[in-house]
Amino acid sequence: MSAPETISSPPRLTPSRQAFATILAKDLRAELRTLQSLPAMALFAVTTFVIFRFGLDRTQLSGSLAAGVLWATLLFAALLGVNRLFVAEREEGGFDAIRLAPIDRSVLFAAKATALLAYLVVLELVVVPIFALFFLGSAAALGPLIAVLLLADLGIAATGTLISSMAVHSRARDLLGPLVLLPLIVPLMIAATGASEPLLAAGGPGYHRFGTWLAVLSLYDLIFLLLGYAVFDFLLED
Amino acid sequence: MYGKGLKPLSIATVVAIAAAFSLVFFYAPLDADQGFIQKIFYLHVPLAITALIGFVVGGVFAVLHLRSNNRKWDAYSYVSIHMSVIFGVAVLITGSIWAKASWGHWWVWDEPTLVSFLIVFLMYATYYPFRYAIEDPERQARYASVFAVTAGAFVPLNFMAVRMAQSLVHPRVFATTNGGLPGSMMFTFLVCLAAVALLWVTLVKLELTAKSTSGQLKRLRRALDAPPTGGGGSRIAPEVS
Repeated sequence: MSAPETISSPPRLTPSRQAFATILAKDLRAELRTLQSLPAMALFAVTTFVIFRFGLDRTQLSGSLAAGVLWATLLFAALLGVNRLFVAEREEGGFDAIRLAPIDRSVLFAAKATALLAYLVVLELVVVPIFALFFLGSAAALGPLIAVLLLADLGIAATGTLISSMAVHSRARDLLGPLVLLPLIVPLMIAATGASEPLLAAGGPGYHRFGTWLAVLSLYDLIFLLLGYAVFDFLLED
Repeated sequence: MYGKGLKPLSIATVVAIAAAFSLVFFYAPLDADQGFIQKIFYLHVPLAITALIGFVVGGVFAVLHLRSNNRKWDAYSYVSIHMSVIFGVAVLITGSIWAKASWGHWWVWDEPTLVSFLIVFLMYATYYPFRYAIEDPERQARYASVFAVTAGAFVPLNFMAVRMAQSLVHPRVFATTNGGLPGSMMFTFLVCLAAVALLWVTLVKLELTAKSTSGQLKRLRRALDAPPTGGGGSRIAPEVS
């Protein structure tokens, strides 16, 4: 690209907050109109619960089994959203538009991660009560579970956005995203199930090492949010 | 240019490995508990330490690549991770043998170091399909570097999370690798660590030399306008100038 000779003022960047709001609003509006990710994620999660009900042959779950079923289901449902996150950008030329736009590129990371976070929160609003209805005797654990869910969502949003933005440029993108993301998410799953297990225990919620696990989740979120923010610039260059 | 110093380095490696194995078999005392099988410790632990440091070194090279945009660093990063993955296979195999001999099982989920290493290994095993799936070489190098940086940060985090996941009830019998070692064992261990690390460096250098030579050959051939013969090298590996 050659710059025109008669530039009188330095090129102005669109304020990051405005760019962020625009991209996020675009994503949420597109999802609301096409509904291509969220209903599929929710349906997938509910069906998986049914599969687990027969796979494990249990009608009531508690403790580690309940935590495992909940988190495995949420993770795999999240992968569906992660896979679709950048497909529109790739197929409709959104990446080129972002590259041309006078904005800080990291804004795209922030906006996409926020959009994914919003998908996950909506997914869990629908699916976690259904999980409680299907498998748990009482809803007492759902209150403290919110903290675990939110922190884990933040981590999945950060790593998912980072990996998805790379995988979407590859030949086998539907395969590659989950393949790379799953091992990356293992520490997050360890912490999330570790915190949920006593919460979902049969005799009512317990808080064994609850704070420690929340700290691990926060550390994971912090590291991958900072990392994503730092490296995202390199993923958009062309 | 990568071949410079390869010969003395190889000789040093051979000498170091020979010295390390003589120490292991003739100098280090037999372990009172485990007897002869404990000697695998002198191979297994240095391999694991070298592989993990190699992963992090690959991440550091990747940072250099992203900062300088010099493709040379991408090749360094690729070869470092490549060698560490190969060392990682050896770590898992020697670890399994040791676990079978001393604990009676090929695999033990209670041992956090084992589990963490497996997860790190699985993470880096996806490096190849990841690289392979991106066609444009420029983009491939950049994305591979981002992967290496992300995974490099993941290594310590993962070790921490897995260690914490073990309930504190389980005693960690074999955890004190260095603390409880008598002097002669410690000395042997350090020599082994140095030998294995030298082996890693030599293999990395050899691989880089081979890549650079085949790259030069390819360029000469292109200059002569001759059709390429032979395999033409792998499509995943970066080229080195």
